[in-house]
Amino acid sequence: MTMLSSRPETAAAATPGAPLLEIEGLHFAYPDGFQALKGINLRVHAGEKLALIGPNGAGKSTFMLHLNGIHFPARGTVRVGGLAVERKNAGRIRAAVGLVFQDPDDQLFSPTVYDDVAFGPLHMGIPAAEIDDRVRRALEAVGLAGFEKRLPHHMSLGQRKRAALATVLSMDPSILVLDEPSAGLDPRGRRELINLLLELPQTMIVSTHDMRLVRDVFPRTVIMDGGEIVADGPTQELLQDADLLERHGLELP
Amino acid sequence: MHRADARLKFILVVGFILSVSLLPRESFLALGIAWSALVGVSFLARLGPVRMVRGSFVALPFVFAALPLVFTREGDPIGTVDFGLFSLTASWEGVRLVATIMLKSWVSVQAATLLVFSTTFHDLVHGLERLRLPKLMVAVISLMYRYLAVLTGEAQRMMRARQARSAELPGAKRVSTAWRAKVVGHMVGSLFIRSYERSERIYLAMQARGYTGQLVSHRVRPMLRAEWATLFAVAATLVSFELAAHAWMPHA
Repeated sequence: MTMLSSRPETAAAATPGAPLLEIEGLHFAYPDGFQALKGINLRVHAGEKLALIGPNGAGKSTFMLHLNGIHFPARGTVRVGGLAVERKNAGRIRAAVGLVFQDPDDQLFSPTVYDDVAFGPLHMGIPAAEIDDRVRRALEAVGLAGFEKRLPHHMSLGQRKRAALATVLSMDPSILVLDEPSAGLDPRGRRELINLLLELPQTMIVSTHDMRLVRDVFPRTVIMDGGEIVADGPTQELLQDADLLERHGLELP
Repeated sequence: MHRADARLKFILVVGFILSVSLLPRESFLALGIAWSALVGVSFLARLGPVRMVRGSFVALPFVFAALPLVFTREGDPIGTVDFGLFSLTASWEGVRLVATIMLKSWVSVQAATLLVFSTTFHDLVHGLERLRLPKLMVAVISLMYRYLAVLTGEAQRMMRARQARSAELPGAKRVSTAWRAKVVGHMVGSLFIRSYERSERIYLAMQARGYTGQLVSHRVRPMLRAEWATLFAVAATLVSFELAAHAWMPHA
């Protein structure tokens, strides 16, 4: 692992001991009036790995879109390394937070893997000479060294999922936000993904329905339901509370 | 041939097609020479004329659009087809004109085929980008290529799902064609909506990685001296070829 986390400006902005990610009273409603988030409060410290679980429609994806400056808070605040998620900061926020969508076919939109992994760094204005190196390191980190020239539609789902992760690793983010990274993977693909998530040094927020993944990778778990956080604590404790899990449409691993 | 810069190949092929289409009417000899040159290049590229010719048949249906000219061109009549209400008279001039159009387009398509066979799509798209084609247009082409496979996959899965439920019981009445057409219509509609939604998600994924509406392109490798030399040599050949053809065809 040569990939280092925390870009200098975000690291500098954060005072020691302060949470890397700080969310206070976050509300969000869709244009049709649907209240997707009803007052989210969450603090995540650098290096934490956090699983975000809850039934479909709980607001997990909407919440994650706020962490990267795709959605902006209608009420409440989201701060990344001390920097508020606002329209004028969107560029810096997106450089600090790598968001990977569930379907790699949405994430990988370029003709070749190289183009896709280079997309983020290019848009960050990284000097051209450094881009090849970033692409190579990102692909190495996800175990796809030498895949630069490959075409996404000739790769397996597991490979495409990992390539999708590389597309944000090349931007060297300090926080990774992943939407259902293990969905649809076969056991081997899943195993490789678990090892990868354990290995990566970045702070992580991962939404998933895969309870075994939660148990194996994430020390901390947050349960969302109906646009609210209904539980937040050590994974081991939460996973023992069968009643709690059942109330929110979840099950034991 | 395979390794040459995509820009160079693209300009040369466009130049070739342009000169072929500017050849005077009925310059069959010149077309023959042009075609032999293509065959020569196809050997150099180790593709061989067979693949090139076979690949060119995709354009065949479009060539037939020129066929009515056989009847609409005035000249020495060959024969008349009588349809009762009206009749069509074919002329030699018409036939020769159509033959010229067909041969020209056939040779041109083969040149394009050669380009496609000897260049990866990726290189071609980057070549276009470096030729200063509008970035948006290049992006549309490359997205189209990327998602063609995804969309066909999606369409195939829908077709399969429909097939899997298209059961028939012996003795039962067959469903009407109109109803089946409606089903297909719905499938096309939902494919469109799915693609539309996918495009939204792709846009989000681009945005999440810093896209703000301005596409950034990669550095440009300068064309090598040998490539410039090839470009000018071939361009000069094409121009003199064109001039010669026009000089020998005074009636055009």
